[in-house]
Amino acid sequence: MRFGRPGLISDYATDIAIFRSNVARFWFAVLLVAVTVLGLGGSIPLGIMTISLDGESLFMLTTALFASIAAIGLNIVTGVAGQVSLGHAFFLGVGAFTAAVIGGAGEVRRVFDLQTGQFVEQVMLFGLEMDMLIWLPLAGLAASLAGLIVAPIAFRLRGLYLAVVTLGLVFIGEHLFREWDIISGGVGVGRPTPVMSLLGFRFDRTSEVLGITLTSSRKLFLLALVLLIVFGLAAKNLLRSKIGRALSAIRDRDIAASMMGIDLSRYKTIAFVISSFYAGITGALIYTTIGRLLPETFNLLLSVEYIAMILIGGVATISGSIMGAAFITFLPLIVRWLAGFPVFSFISTQPGGGFPTVAHIEEILFGLLIVVFLIFEPLGLYGIWIRIKNYWKSWPFSY
Amino acid sequence: MRARLLGEVLPRAEGNEAILTVEDLHLSFQAVKAIQGLDFTLRKGEIFAVIGPNGAGKTSVFNCISGFYKPDTGSIRFDGQELVGMKPHRIANLGVARTFQNIELFPQMTVLDNLMLGRHRHLRYGSPAAMLRVGKAIREEVRNREVVEAIVEFLELEPYRKAFVAMLPYGIQKKVELGRALATEPKILLLDEPAAGMNLEETEDMARFITDIRRELGIGIILVDHDMRMVMDLADRVLALDFGKPIATGTPEQIQNHPDVIRAYLGQDQSASIPGGTE
Repeated sequence: MRFGRPGLISDYATDIAIFRSNVARFWFAVLLVAVTVLGLGGSIPLGIMTISLDGESLFMLTTALFASIAAIGLNIVTGVAGQVSLGHAFFLGVGAFTAAVIGGAGEVRRVFDLQTGQFVEQVMLFGLEMDMLIWLPLAGLAASLAGLIVAPIAFRLRGLYLAVVTLGLVFIGEHLFREWDIISGGVGVGRPTPVMSLLGFRFDRTSEVLGITLTSSRKLFLLALVLLIVFGLAAKNLLRSKIGRALSAIRDRDIAASMMGIDLSRYKTIAFVISSFYAGITGALIYTTIGRLLPETFNLLLSVEYIAMILIGGVATISGSIMGAAFITFLPLIVRWLAGFPVFSFISTQPGGGFPTVAHIEEILFGLLIVVFLIFEPLGLYGIWIRIKNYWKSWPFSY
Repeated sequence: MRARLLGEVLPRAEGNEAILTVEDLHLSFQAVKAIQGLDFTLRKGEIFAVIGPNGAGKTSVFNCISGFYKPDTGSIRFDGQELVGMKPHRIANLGVARTFQNIELFPQMTVLDNLMLGRHRHLRYGSPAAMLRVGKAIREEVRNREVVEAIVEFLELEPYRKAFVAMLPYGIQKKVELGRALATEPKILLLDEPAAGMNLEETEDMARFITDIRRELGIGIILVDHDMRMVMDLADRVLALDFGKPIATGTPEQIQNHPDVIRAYLGQDQSASIPGGTE
């Protein structure tokens, strides 16, 4: 039974809930409805402009939502548990290739065998063509298995040493993906990605769902949204549980953490396994959406991109991971939009144009933003968001 | 929710038999002999103080008991189990809790989260239950939160529940650290300079908490502190250390008047050997 004014917190269960008030719940629902409407092809009037999603922006937002899942994963191991990992690209790669092998089509070619003088069948690419219901979870599991194998090395080291070891992981992984061409298709060629078909429901074709005609990209967007909510919620729950507390404790003071009975190796392993599961899921989905899987994608730059996402978005926060992933994914679009203004007319928008092109500016911004955020706003976009929220909470008074 | 006594939420230890036995403990760091042949016994419901000048090896004794240092030889038996060679988290899970000389709280967490971390071993659910936030996870969180709230009330920390520890004044942080150790439901409590850097009122509060803990929980407490007034008031027995060697063990009165202890603290009395010296 509830007493007193509405919204009064009168038991511990309410006190530890995600949404502690109906206002918070309301605005989250508004955001969800707005994003879903946009995804379904609707448009939302907002003051002087009308927002709608299609074509490139829809595709990029889908990519951003998928990338958010891996960013959340990296934030669990690096942001919450404080174990700096530069190896995220490797786990993304393991997920992507597992998905491609289990869900993708194989390739068998008839080749002439010089020794026997006969045509023989040779497997060029290995593929099992299974359903998404199988390849998606397996992509996550394969990546988390890789995480489980790496973890014993990881929990013996920390700080810079761990960063260097995980750096090595990226190079080992990249080499493996390049050379193991029966799985990866080889450098520059790559392999086709699996068919996005969940128990017969095709994400790669236009069809009618509940009376609404949905194109492939709209379906993918909604899939990304649903998955992000599921994985985001799971991560949020994890962070406010005993496991999340234990991981932060390890980050802040590991000696005191072990004095609380926390098994450091066990919890670091948990962080790595969950983090790589998230990376595996993203790896499987993001490249399947793009449609072609190249072994050289999973390099150090990709790892750094994810590090940038959590640094710019906000360390150790779920919403920060999502903001950071969206920001990094949309960076090229933002730069191109900026190039449209006369002030920035020195930026050439043609790929063959002179220095600086959009790509150059993007790379410069990338590094510059990490530096600027680390110095001026260590809490990232999340920190800015909190400041805006607090300002409007007390508006028009300053305290 | 009704205010509850500590003894209602945390288990009480009964009896006064020995719970911790340290025998012939030796610890050295290369040439430095930190502890040289230490023996003592801690009983349930006893406040046992370890005193000694700086560098006497008091904190090293704590570090050996809680598993951060591995002694060269000797044995530490707790509740029938040998602690030497055991990992720190396993020792903690047996019921050995401690506070640190320099506060080792988790600064970026709230007071509640710090105390809930103390409850870590009593929260019985795994990662899948945590991620799905099933009923069991919520029930366990709420059940343990009630225990934490009793500790908050006991230590008078109500105004600081959701304050980040890094923002709190030193004296409050010391209390939070004591609370976190209590939250683990210890069978013995190792307090490393609980009154260091505190003013008179804060020291008196701390002394009151320590005696209350002993009265309500009946657990054994080892106290290390430089505040001799507090130590002598609280302790049932005192062990004096100097350069890693035990000088004397006894009641506060015996220790206060022990010539070797006085010598360790004040230096060798040379007046007797100086010809013509006064006294």
